[in-house]
Amino acid sequence: MLSPGSGNTVIKSKLISRRMFLLTAAKAVVMVGLVGRLISLQINQATKYKSLSDKNRFREWKLAPERGAIKDFFDTKIASSEPLYQLHLVPENAKDLDNLFVRLKAILNISDRKVSYLKRLIKKQKPWEPVIVSENLDWSDFSRINLFLHELEGVEPIVSVARTYPDNSSAHILGYVSQISAKDLQTKDYLKELAVPGMAIGKTGLERKLDEQIIGKVGYQRYEVNAFGKRIREIKIDEGQAGKSFKTTLDYEVQKYTNELLKDKAAAVCVMDVYNGDIVSLVSSPTFEPNEFVHGLDKAYWNSLIKNEKKPLANKALSGLYPPGSTIKTLVALSALENKIIRPLDTFRCKGKIELYGEKFHCWEKDGHGIVNLRKGIQRSCDVYFYEVARKLGVDRLSETAKRFGLGKKVLSDFIEERSGVVPNTKWKKKFIGQNWYLGETLHSGIGQGYFQSTPLQLCLMTAQIANGGFEIKPRIIVDGKNDDLRNYLKYKNENPNDPLPTDLLVSNFDLKPLFKNQEHINLIKDAMFSSSNEPGGTSYRHRLENPKYTFAGKTGSSQIKRFTEAQREAEVKQESLPYKDRDHALFVAFAPYKNPQYAISVLVEHGGSGGKTAAPIAKKVIKKVLERHELRRSANNQIGEAV
Amino acid sequence: MLQPRSIHSSLSFKDKLFSIDYILVFSIFILGLVSILAMYSTDGGEFKYHTNSHILRFFIFFGMFIFISFVQIRFWHSQSYLIYILFFMLLLGVKYFGLTSSGSKRWLDLYFMNLQPSELMKIGLILFLAKYYHRISIENINQLRFLFIPIVVLIAPLILVATQPDLGTALLIAAGGLTVAWLAGVRVKFFAFSGLAFLALLPIAISFLKPYQKSRILTFLNPERDPLGAGYQIIQSKIAIGSGGLFGKGFLQGSQSYLDYLPEKHTDFIFTLFSEEFGFFGSLFILFLYAVIVWRIVKIGNETRSSFGKLYCYSFATAFFIYVVVNMMMVLGLLPIVGSPLPIMSYGGSSMMAIMLGLGIAMSCKVYKDTPVN
Repeated sequence: MLSPGSGNTVIKSKLISRRMFLLTAAKAVVMVGLVGRLISLQINQATKYKSLSDKNRFREWKLAPERGAIKDFFDTKIASSEPLYQLHLVPENAKDLDNLFVRLKAILNISDRKVSYLKRLIKKQKPWEPVIVSENLDWSDFSRINLFLHELEGVEPIVSVARTYPDNSSAHILGYVSQISAKDLQTKDYLKELAVPGMAIGKTGLERKLDEQIIGKVGYQRYEVNAFGKRIREIKIDEGQAGKSFKTTLDYEVQKYTNELLKDKAAAVCVMDVYNGDIVSLVSSPTFEPNEFVHGLDKAYWNSLIKNEKKPLANKALSGLYPPGSTIKTLVALSALENKIIRPLDTFRCKGKIELYGEKFHCWEKDGHGIVNLRKGIQRSCDVYFYEVARKLGVDRLSETAKRFGLGKKVLSDFIEERSGVVPNTKWKKKFIGQNWYLGETLHSGIGQGYFQSTPLQLCLMTAQIANGGFEIKPRIIVDGKNDDLRNYLKYKNENPNDPLPTDLLVSNFDLKPLFKNQEHINLIKDAMFSSSNEPGGTSYRHRLENPKYTFAGKTGSSQIKRFTEAQREAEVKQESLPYKDRDHALFVAFAPYKNPQYAISVLVEHGGSGGKTAAPIAKKVIKKVLERHELRRSANNQIGEAV
Repeated sequence: MLQPRSIHSSLSFKDKLFSIDYILVFSIFILGLVSILAMYSTDGGEFKYHTNSHILRFFIFFGMFIFISFVQIRFWHSQSYLIYILFFMLLLGVKYFGLTSSGSKRWLDLYFMNLQPSELMKIGLILFLAKYYHRISIENINQLRFLFIPIVVLIAPLILVATQPDLGTALLIAAGGLTVAWLAGVRVKFFAFSGLAFLALLPIAISFLKPYQKSRILTFLNPERDPLGAGYQIIQSKIAIGSGGLFGKGFLQGSQSYLDYLPEKHTDFIFTLFSEEFGFFGSLFILFLYAVIVWRIVKIGNETRSSFGKLYCYSFATAFFIYVVVNMMMVLGLLPIVGSPLPIMSYGGSSMMAIMLGLGIAMSCKVYKDTPVN
C-alpha cells in the first residue's frame, strides 16, 4: 500500500538520513569531549582530587599533651598535672534530655541557670558534639555518677588532666597557665603547630619561661568523618609526648613558711645561696590562687584581684621597683674604699643635717650621730656620713660599683615580668632626662634615694655577692647541671689556710670573677653590717639572733615615697601616723650565718615604715627557717654532685 | 521493495522473536544490572529501600519494554496524537493536583506510584512530531502555516514544565522536539531565527528564574564562588570522580558517597558514585553501553522503512543521547546543575518508565520495520 506521496517518501528518507548523519557526527564529537573530560579528571588530575577527597574524609583531633611538672629542690611537685574528673554529655546518645537533667540535678549540685545554658548550647551544636556538664568534679561526685551511670544514658564521665598547684605560696614565681589566646598564637612560634583548642599555656613566671619545653608534644587522633563532621571511625592515634619536668632551686617548705609570714602585707622576700646563686625562696605578697586560672577565671575573682591596691598579680620580687634606700650604703662605702676616697677610720661629724648651696640635707636622726666613722656610719645608718662620702665619691664611681654588684640589670633571664631598674649617673640623666647632674642628687643617691630603682631580687644578689667575699655569682632558679666553682674554691682555701692564692690565679684556676680590688674592703663592709645587726645602737639590733649558728649581718633601709615637709620634720611625725599610701617602703638585706655565710636575704614591705621595725623581724624568722633546713639542702646538693 | 504486504498474517511470533535486536536488549539489561549495583552502593552495601524499589521498577519496566516491542508500530503511529494529548492532560493535572516537593510541583499521586508526567512528555512530543512530519509532504514542511502546530505542541508543555518549575526537564523535552523538526527538514534559518529570538528573550526569561536557579547558573560559571552552598555539589562531584582515578576506589568503597559528601547520589549523581568506585575504566564501560544503545536505535532507524519510524528512532536516539550527555556533563562540571536523570541508571520510576516506553516503541519499529504505518 502506497502512502499518499510515495516518491515523496524516498526524498524524505534521504533528507532525514542526511541530517541524521550530521547529528551522528556531532554526537561523536561530544562523546570524544566527554572521554577527554574523564581523562582530565581521573587521570591527569587524579592525585589532586585524591588528596582533596582524603581531606574531606579525614579529620584530625589534636590531643593536648600532659604538661611537665615543676619540682622544688627536694623533688616535691609544686606544679603538676593531676587527673581531673569531668562529666560530658553527648545529646544524641541521650533518650530523654529533660529527664536526664532532672536526674543529674538530683545527683550533682547543678544550678538551674547552668541547666538552661546547657540546653541552649545543645540546640546550637551538632547532636554528636559533647557538652561539658561539669568541668571539675570532686572524687565523691565522680564516683556517685559512676554508680548511677547505667540509668544516665548519654552521660560520659571523663578523666582528663589539668594543671594543679598544691597551694598559692609560689604563685608568682611559678606563674599560671590559662587558655591559649589569639595573641599567643600570633606571637609564639612554638605554639603554631601544637595549638590544641582549649589547651592551657604558661602566661607568666616559670610556666611562661619554660613553656616551650614543658608543654610536650601534641598527639592526635585521626578520624574518618562524614559530610556533617560526625566521626565515623578512628583511623590512627598518636598519644604525643608529655612535657619535660623541671627541678627548681626553690624550697617549698620555705616558700610556704614565708608566704604565711607575709600574709596580707604587700611585701616580697628573696633568699639566695651566696655561693652558687640558687634562689631558695622568692615570695611576693599578697598572692593569688593559680588554680583559678586553669579553667577560665571567675569574673568576680578577677575583679577582686585587679582592684586590690596591694596588687596581688604583680611579682614584687622581680618586677617591683623601689629605691634601695639605706641598703645601698654598703656599696657606697665599698666604692669609696675601693676608690681610696676614704679610709675606714676617717670621721665626719653628724649634726642631724648638712647644708649644701642653701639646701638642707637631713639625717634620719634629728639630733645627729656625733663623730661617725665607716663602721658606725653603717651600723647607725648615718645619712650625714654618707652625704659626705657620696659627695667626695661622685655619682659615676658609685654607679660603676653598683652595676658591678648587679643593680640596674636583670638578674634572671627570660622572665618577661622582670625589670632592670635604674642605677643613675651623669650620662644616664643626660640621656634619659636631658638635664645635667646636680651635686644634690649625688647626696640623695648616696643614701639610695632619688633616681635609684632596684628590685628586691637585685638587692638580694648584691648582698649575696658581698657575703661570699666579693665574687660574682649567676643566680639560677632551674637546676641544670652543677654550679659550684665558688664552693670548690672555698674548700681549697679551707684546706690550705696558709697558702692564699693571688687573685689572678683565683680567676684562672676556679673560673671566678672577683668584684673587688682588695678583699679587705669587703670584709670591712661585712663587719659593719654585723655591728648594725648585733651591736647595741645598730639599726636592727632589736631583731638579732644570738645563737651563732643563726647570727646574721644586715642592713636596714627605707625608701621614701614622699619627702617630709619641714613642718612634719619639726613635729616629729611618725611613719605609723601617715596615711598607708604615704608611708615609706621598708627594706632589709642580710646574710647568715655571719661566720660562715651561706644565704643572703632581702625583704621588702611596701609602706612598712622603717626597715628595722617591719622588714628585719621577717628576715629574722626566714633566716632561721632557712638555716634550720641547711643540712638537708647540703645533702640534696651532694646528691646532684655539687661540692658542699 | 515497494510491494505491499499483508500486514497481519505475514509475521509469525517466531519471526517477531527473531527480529528483535538482541544486542540492544542485552545492553539495556547489562546497564540495568550495573544500575542495581550502583544503587546497592548508595544504600551503603545493603538491600534497602532504594535498591529494592529500583530492582522492582527495572524488571517491571524492562518487561513492559519487551511487551511494547511486540505491539504493532501502526498502533503507535495511529495513537501518537492521542498519547501526546493524554500526557499533556497529565501535565495539566500536575498543575492543579500535583504534589509539591522541595519547592516544585512535578508529581501526580497515582497511589501505587508518584508519576512525573514531564518525563513521559519527552516521548510524547517526539511521537506527535514524528507522526506530524510523516504526514505532511516535503514541500509543505517549510511553509509557515505548517510550522504553527509544531511550535504550539512544543511550547505548550514546555511552559507547563518550566513553571513547575523544572527547567532541566523542559529543556530536554524541547531538545527531543527540535530534533524531530530538524531531521524532518525544517530549514536551518528557522532554527537560527528561533535561536536569536531565544537570545532576545533570555533577559526576560532570567527575570522569571527562581533565585536558586540563578545561583545555579552563576555557580556553574564559578563553582568556587560559594563552595559550601550552591557550588558544593559540583565541587564534591568533581572530587569524587577525580579521586576515582584509573581503577576506582572499589565497589562500596566510594568515600565521597559513603560519607555523604555527594548530594543526590541516587538520582542525578549516580554516575559520580559509579565513577568514584570503578574509576576511568568503569566510566568508559558505561559510556560504551550508552553508545551501543544509541547506535542500535539509529541502526533500527536505518532499517525501518517508514518516515515515521525513521523520524522516531533517530529523534529518540538523539534525545536519549542528549539525556545521557547532559547528565554526565553536569556531574563532570561542564554544565550547570539542571536536574536531569541519567537514563536507566538513575533512581526514579517515571524516568525509567518513559525511557522503557521510548525503547519499546523503537524496538517495535524494528520488529515491524517493513510494515507501512498507513
